[in-house]
Amino acid sequence: MLQTAAAAGGGLLLGFYVPLAGAVPSNTQLPGDAGPFAPNAFIRINRQGKVTIICPQVEMGQGVYTALCMILAEELDADFDQVTVEAAPPSDALYGNPVFGIQATGNSNSVRAFWTKLRQAGAGARGVLVKAAAAQWKVDPGTCSTATGEVIHTPSGRKLSYGALADAAAKLYPGEIPPLKNPKDFKLIGKSLKRLDTPDKVNGKALYGIDMLPEGVKFATLAASPVFGGKVGQVDGRAAKAVPGVRQVVVLDDLVAVVGDHMWAAKQGLDALVVSWNEGANASVDSAQIRKDIKAASEQEGAVAKKRGDATKALKDGDPIEAHFELPLLAHAPMEPINCTAHVRADGCDIWVGTQVAARTQAAVAKITGLPLQKIAVHNQLLGGGFGRRLDVDGIEKTVRIAQKVDGPVKVVWTREEDIQHDFYRPIYYDRITATLKDGRIDGWKHRVTGSSIMARWFPLGFQHGVDGDGVDSAVDEPYDIPNFQVEFVRHEPPAVPTGFWRGVGPNNNVFAIECFIDELARKAGKDPLDFRLAMLGKVPRLKAVLELAARRAQWSEPLPPRVGRGIAAQVAFASFIATIAEVEVDDAGEVRVRRITSAVDTGIAVNPDTIIAQLQGGLIFGLTAALYGEITINKGRVEQGNFNDYRMLRIDQAPAIDVHLVKSGEAPGGIGETGTTAAPPALRNAIYAATGIALRKLPIDREVLAGRKPA
Amino acid sequence: MIRLQINGKEQEVDIPADMPLLWVLRDVLGMTGTKFGCGIAQCGACTVHVDGNAVRSCLLSVGAVGARAITTIEAVGSTPAGAKVQKAWLDLEVVQCGYCQSGQIMSAAALLASTPHPDDSDIDAAMAGNICRCGTYVRIRAAIKKAAAEA
Repeated sequence: MLQTAAAAGGGLLLGFYVPLAGAVPSNTQLPGDAGPFAPNAFIRINRQGKVTIICPQVEMGQGVYTALCMILAEELDADFDQVTVEAAPPSDALYGNPVFGIQATGNSNSVRAFWTKLRQAGAGARGVLVKAAAAQWKVDPGTCSTATGEVIHTPSGRKLSYGALADAAAKLYPGEIPPLKNPKDFKLIGKSLKRLDTPDKVNGKALYGIDMLPEGVKFATLAASPVFGGKVGQVDGRAAKAVPGVRQVVVLDDLVAVVGDHMWAAKQGLDALVVSWNEGANASVDSAQIRKDIKAASEQEGAVAKKRGDATKALKDGDPIEAHFELPLLAHAPMEPINCTAHVRADGCDIWVGTQVAARTQAAVAKITGLPLQKIAVHNQLLGGGFGRRLDVDGIEKTVRIAQKVDGPVKVVWTREEDIQHDFYRPIYYDRITATLKDGRIDGWKHRVTGSSIMARWFPLGFQHGVDGDGVDSAVDEPYDIPNFQVEFVRHEPPAVPTGFWRGVGPNNNVFAIECFIDELARKAGKDPLDFRLAMLGKVPRLKAVLELAARRAQWSEPLPPRVGRGIAAQVAFASFIATIAEVEVDDAGEVRVRRITSAVDTGIAVNPDTIIAQLQGGLIFGLTAALYGEITINKGRVEQGNFNDYRMLRIDQAPAIDVHLVKSGEAPGGIGETGTTAAPPALRNAIYAATGIALRKLPIDREVLAGRKPA
Repeated sequence: MIRLQINGKEQEVDIPADMPLLWVLRDVLGMTGTKFGCGIAQCGACTVHVDGNAVRSCLLSVGAVGARAITTIEAVGSTPAGAKVQKAWLDLEVVQCGYCQSGQIMSAAALLASTPHPDDSDIDAAMAGNICRCGTYVRIRAAIKKAAAEA
């Protein structure tokens, strides 16, 4: 089935029907640089044979530009040296993520979600090129093959390049999608190819949202109420306007902004602006109250998310062991602070930004401006880190509201303080787990997750019957063979504090609580934490295999000096199977040094193995950072942290050696961008447990407790 | 008017002398390779060279730079150490989101120019001021060693 629409470049765009891709709406903006051959929304081939792939997923460091291009180029049999990549314009219909049904990059699913769709796109285009060549040669298409950007007539050895066929192919409708390759015939997939985005990232040429400089742009920075939900009271802009280079003060109901010739003027102007805030109802909220509230909420019954056997009976009949775990609020703090550049005019609007949700951006701008979607151009750029922060469009909305008051384009850049103090935070979580043991194994298990429902706000379909699908992810499908099992979810929103997706999402919380508790149960059962786990992984051989591999590589059984310990985290998350072993040293002052981390990973077919290893290395550091330092605290309705001096990041001098072992697998690809992040905190905590005997149940780690100055 | 020596070229800019070099580069001269990360010299994203030394341009006023030679990421590849660092960064695929990498590369290039064969503690000392949120530290360390090993 075919859909056609006029392409922006004047050529013809053919989008074959793929479920969820839907029709191509007539108002869709199509990327430029179109070659004559545009067989679907993802591919342009020009007469020189250059292949432009319009990538539906955004590049935020996870290597998806390269991985998705490899998947498509594999089936297209393109010459990868001729492939360039372009960010997709906003369109849920053309570029919707097959898992979500909307255009979004998140949940470590880019490769999984687009695996089949992009292979089909590549194969479909190859089929047309073969047809075009066969017609030219007047031969049976069945006698033709393809390799590195050429169609080959096998009997005669004649060749035609894709570039030479572009015009002819453009006139042909794609027929049926030819059969996809057998993975054993893959030429690109499975190779550690160089990333397409790297060269410009080492010489300063790469452009992020914050680098946009449209003609005549002015620069602005803003302040929202320090107290969540507060409103602007009185504003005296005289001193701000007197700052050299300041052009304008913008006052909206919930924020103030200063516009100038450069960020320095804007920032100095904002510092000079005299503002009083109507702080509103949240001015008394603090972290102690937030923690007390969630603990109280966790005492009620939750909505049942998963049940097998009879956990209630098993807990009643046995000798229940109970623990609770707490995770703090976290900011994302991507290195590129939140920013957006907008030019709002009466008849249209341009938005330059790096966002994980281009179509949602367009819709949000339409709502504010009243402009039709097709009048809103979203120019998506590289993201200087996403980590879930750029799944929300609040920074874009604020920019557009400011830009409505400014003549010409304006770039709004948040200070780091604004970025940390006005985030959508990783929710605070409170987990209660109760279990019983029988013959050295877990017999009964009740896990109650209490936390925010981000889905209810962001993607309501994901919150059904009181259960947030993300909130219980990796809890309902934990890997251990437990006969009597129940998982519950209690939705509890922290007062005042907005919450959002944060790298690792739901599994962050659940993998931590489960893996920490498993270690405590192993100790109760008098078993080695490795053996205890292995004995219950009979139904998940892929996890069992990586756990055995990680244990070997980390020399699990080798003795260690006093106050040094190893800890395990085993997880099935984002359809990948990962075992991680941390080795840490705890000194008498309670300071923790991570000596080494070993991970073994089975993520199915590895599209670009080196990227997968890099994602694990980086994800583990991201998780370690959170476990060692990460906590946003609230006092008087305000975030207390403001910059990297008090919201600490792991630095190179604290970074451990990391060994990642990738297992060869023919299974479908899994997700990888967040898996290291979810693995590191429990591995670290269990290593501390092994080193000190102290079972920490709250993050970040408390050095006072580890130094023996405070009870656990 | 303030005269600056940037990447071997004299640039005249009409800006206040207390303005940090970062914003002159990015917003006045349109050289966006140098990044804004924190504004308080805590993250290193804004690192440039002044007379070959790695400095944080977010707190360095242009008045204080004077006639000293400024090198940015756009031109560091024309220095021997900078070229080696960039090549090692590509060879080992250090980069993820890339936003901090201009600063990382500037810090690493200054390190290698002054200490051609750094050990781990030299690397720690020179690079601990540069945060990478993607966590590319393992590869940064390896790439510096690789660059140092290049003849």
